[in-house]
Amino acid sequence: MKPFAYARPGDVVEAVRDVVAEPNAVFLAGGTNLVDHLRLGVARPDLVVDVRTLTSREVTGLPDGGLRLGAATTNSQVAADPRVRERYPVLAQALLAGATGQLRNMATTGGNPLQRTRCVYFSDVTTPCNKREPGSGCSAVGGYTRYHAVLGTPAALPDPHAPETCIATHPSDMAVALAALDAQVQVLGPDGERTIPFTELHRLPGDDPSRDTVLQHGELITAIDLPVLPAGTRSAYRKVRDRASYAFALVSVAAVVTPDGELRLALGGVAHKPWRATRAEEVLRGQQLTEDAVRAAITAELAAAQPQPGIDSGNGFKIPLVARTVLATVRGLLPEEQS
Amino acid sequence: MTDLLEPRAIGADLVRRDGELKVRGTATYAYETPVEHPAYAHPVQATIARGRVTAMDTAAAEALDGVLAVLTPFNAERLAATDDAEYAVLQGQDVGFRGQLIGVVVAETSELAREVADGITVRYEELPHDAELSADRPDLYAPEQVNAGHETDTAEGDVAAAMAAAEVTLERTYSTAMYHNNPLEPHATTALWESAGDGFLTLWDSTQGVHPDRAAVCQVFGLEQEQVRVICPYVGGGFGSKGLPHANVMLTALAARALPGRPVKLALTRQQMFFLAGYRTPTIQRMQLAADSRGRLSAIAIDVVEQTSKVKEFAEQTGVPTRMMYASPNRRSTHRLAALDVPIPSWMRAPGECPGMFGPEVAMDELAEELGIDPIELRVRNEPDVDPETGKPWSSRNLVRCLREGAERFGWSGPRAHRDGDWLVGTGVASSVYPTMRQATSTANVRFEDGRYVAEIGAADLGTGAWTILPQITADALGVDVADVDVRIGDTRYPVASVAGGSSGTNTWGSALVVAAREFRTKFGADPRDGDEASGDVDQAGQDDTHSPYAFGAQFVEARVNADTGEIRVPRLLGVFGVGRVINPRTARSQLIGGMTMGLSMALHENSAWDPRLAQVANHDLAEYHITVNADVGAIEAHWIDEHDPYVNAMGSKGIGEIGIVGTAAAVVNAVHAATGVRVRHLPVTLDKLLTALP
Repeated sequence: MKPFAYARPGDVVEAVRDVVAEPNAVFLAGGTNLVDHLRLGVARPDLVVDVRTLTSREVTGLPDGGLRLGAATTNSQVAADPRVRERYPVLAQALLAGATGQLRNMATTGGNPLQRTRCVYFSDVTTPCNKREPGSGCSAVGGYTRYHAVLGTPAALPDPHAPETCIATHPSDMAVALAALDAQVQVLGPDGERTIPFTELHRLPGDDPSRDTVLQHGELITAIDLPVLPAGTRSAYRKVRDRASYAFALVSVAAVVTPDGELRLALGGVAHKPWRATRAEEVLRGQQLTEDAVRAAITAELAAAQPQPGIDSGNGFKIPLVARTVLATVRGLLPEEQS
Repeated sequence: MTDLLEPRAIGADLVRRDGELKVRGTATYAYETPVEHPAYAHPVQATIARGRVTAMDTAAAEALDGVLAVLTPFNAERLAATDDAEYAVLQGQDVGFRGQLIGVVVAETSELAREVADGITVRYEELPHDAELSADRPDLYAPEQVNAGHETDTAEGDVAAAMAAAEVTLERTYSTAMYHNNPLEPHATTALWESAGDGFLTLWDSTQGVHPDRAAVCQVFGLEQEQVRVICPYVGGGFGSKGLPHANVMLTALAARALPGRPVKLALTRQQMFFLAGYRTPTIQRMQLAADSRGRLSAIAIDVVEQTSKVKEFAEQTGVPTRMMYASPNRRSTHRLAALDVPIPSWMRAPGECPGMFGPEVAMDELAEELGIDPIELRVRNEPDVDPETGKPWSSRNLVRCLREGAERFGWSGPRAHRDGDWLVGTGVASSVYPTMRQATSTANVRFEDGRYVAEIGAADLGTGAWTILPQITADALGVDVADVDVRIGDTRYPVASVAGGSSGTNTWGSALVVAAREFRTKFGADPRDGDEASGDVDQAGQDDTHSPYAFGAQFVEARVNADTGEIRVPRLLGVFGVGRVINPRTARSQLIGGMTMGLSMALHENSAWDPRLAQVANHDLAEYHITVNADVGAIEAHWIDEHDPYVNAMGSKGIGEIGIVGTAAAVVNAVHAATGVRVRHLPVTLDKLLTALP
């Protein structure tokens, strides 16, 4: 492990200042991902700024009826909160589908969406990876692609040597639910506070796969707000994985159905970011939410999907699996007569 | 026929003697051995699969505060023996596989050692590598023999003619994945060379056998056995991967030799274990079965293709169980290897039988389906009267009883498939087998000391229960209460003992203990004096070689497949085994359900995803290399029949450490087929292989 300085500032303003002042500084919250990366040499910061005790550990009601999750609330705490369980079951289910009890007790609301990809080549410092070492290339293309993207990628076999190539997926379950819920991210930075819609927090690789989010250096998530949902809204999270527990999603689906039949849909395990299925939502807008309509909508969403070849037949299976999982999840949210 | 012990302590459901120490965390493992002022070592590994190390820039590393030694092929001392290329660490610049040890850094802290090791710049002359197994490679070769000394190929009768003449034939290719043993405790060593004299080496090493470990180290370093002591009271699992030392042990000893008087600790990281601690080769199994319409086999053949490393040969004996499992006049088995630029494969729980009962037991299910015969009945119709391989009668063979009792307990009769809401449900069965083996060397001492009986033998308990059951055997052999017997194991100061491998530990060590105990009673009678002592060797124990000794079993699986997503769950796994007399039902059940769980893991989850471009396992950590977790295991039951076998040993016991993993994966595949109609012939069974067949 590369030696680093450790700071425990008195408040968030000081924490932001510390990180801004050191180009190679990182925030530490629950540490469930960062500490692994320090050991593996994937993260090699000069300064680690511990913010675990600086942001709110409370879930509080917002004036409009929504909820504010303090950045230091733990995944276990949020999953168990009665208001979250009652009003946002998709979020509680997503949280409980992630990691293990021990990890959820440490992982935080602010940290969870900022965890890095579990691409095996990203984690292995002996292999090229544009996300870890910009410009070095992408080892995943044509390699072990089972957990890799099918959406938001330019081609079925992008150039592994190009500096922009990255077919990694974002691993968080929580983030998929937050994308479907239209959550808002409260951020404090050197220039003050700003609010980022959750669906705009994460980015596609673009020309810089090393950046997972739009956050600037020194910007700190202080809370995530859940907007109020119409009474009678139903929601669910379905995670499909290779074993029953403690595995990342092959694909996952967060679905929210409002009483007037509007579907909000987000997908996990399929893209560089939690994937809000806006194309499917558009196709469904104004339509009766039937199984056939949902099938047509998800087919439209997946029209641009790119299967990645690779070891053990690649990841083309994800495309039918997404469709099947979306249908099964939405079916469970429809009133009896419609399903 | 041996003189069977009267079971009194044998058969008692005693708690593990080491259980409380382990639960409380006070049992010491190799890495955490308390020693004065330890130093920490971390390896440097090759990042190419084939070529030569031309330079290593270590000057900056050596100058760092806290760095005690940096060893490379350019400065490491020459070892006494380098004929075993796995053990010849830092003896040359050639690189034979990615991840090979090419250096070691010793420092005051483990963090510093790792950082420095990772920072050393290595220059290579890289050559193209060849790391992809396939059945149609032109360079496949027949090894001289396969693991455990078995013949490479066997043939009897004419399989081709029988295939041509048969009413029904089946010809299929099956494959098993690459698997890594992954015991919970990594391969770890604390090594200390005495500073005085010409050197005495103490190794606290995580091993399945202190004596074989010592023998290998003595060979490599040119030492007498008396110059080395290996200590290993507790092992956090091995599954074969600690059966013989790997290169990490030699590297730690080499590193410690550079710092005489200073203990040096080295534990492999989980990632490093995917390069350095052995693994099970992937296997490709071409099966041929020929039968009449009543299901009587006229031919059975298996042709195996698997890999080894160019650095050192290991030939898994995958075709061996097909040679003896079922009756058939025409039989063939072959093994062909591809020697690749890959890490060195080795033992993993039931080498041979575990992969080698996958293809045949799925093929039997396919044949049963083809014939419209119940798969249990098909097996019963092909039950051999004598061992088809040797012609010897069985010491005991109760496969049919296991199948019948298992069918009864599981509720086998009735349809094998139904739908339950969103789930497609199916059931499957497969047979298990494992040879009953005894090693040639082991000695035990029995002594009367302070009013108690003390038995000493350098045996190993890798979670198997040896600490608990060896006193039970000794007590019955002495005719005393088990509470009056202490056993001391896991140290080369005790008499020589064989490896805990091949499910042979209890048979071998137990037989030596019985000889020693009987000798003790003969010499000293029922009323010994303090200090009275007798010893016994396993080769003095009666050994029957006129019978063929095997344990058998049957495993039953209920599989559920989600009709939407293809997710696979196994809510029920039930095994019935014929394993002779069970010494301790508590530790025996643990061994059997442990093996079955590992078999389930092989069926559904484990898969070292090999990246031939890099020549390494892509998913080389426990987050991505999936092992079955608690949530995947439903009701799991292991039963055994009351089996009397007077031929195997004085305890009447057969080995049980490995049979549990044999056949499980086939039973899972057969159940998933019943549920979905999809026959997955290439492990693991994952949802992507079922999707297209779902409703």
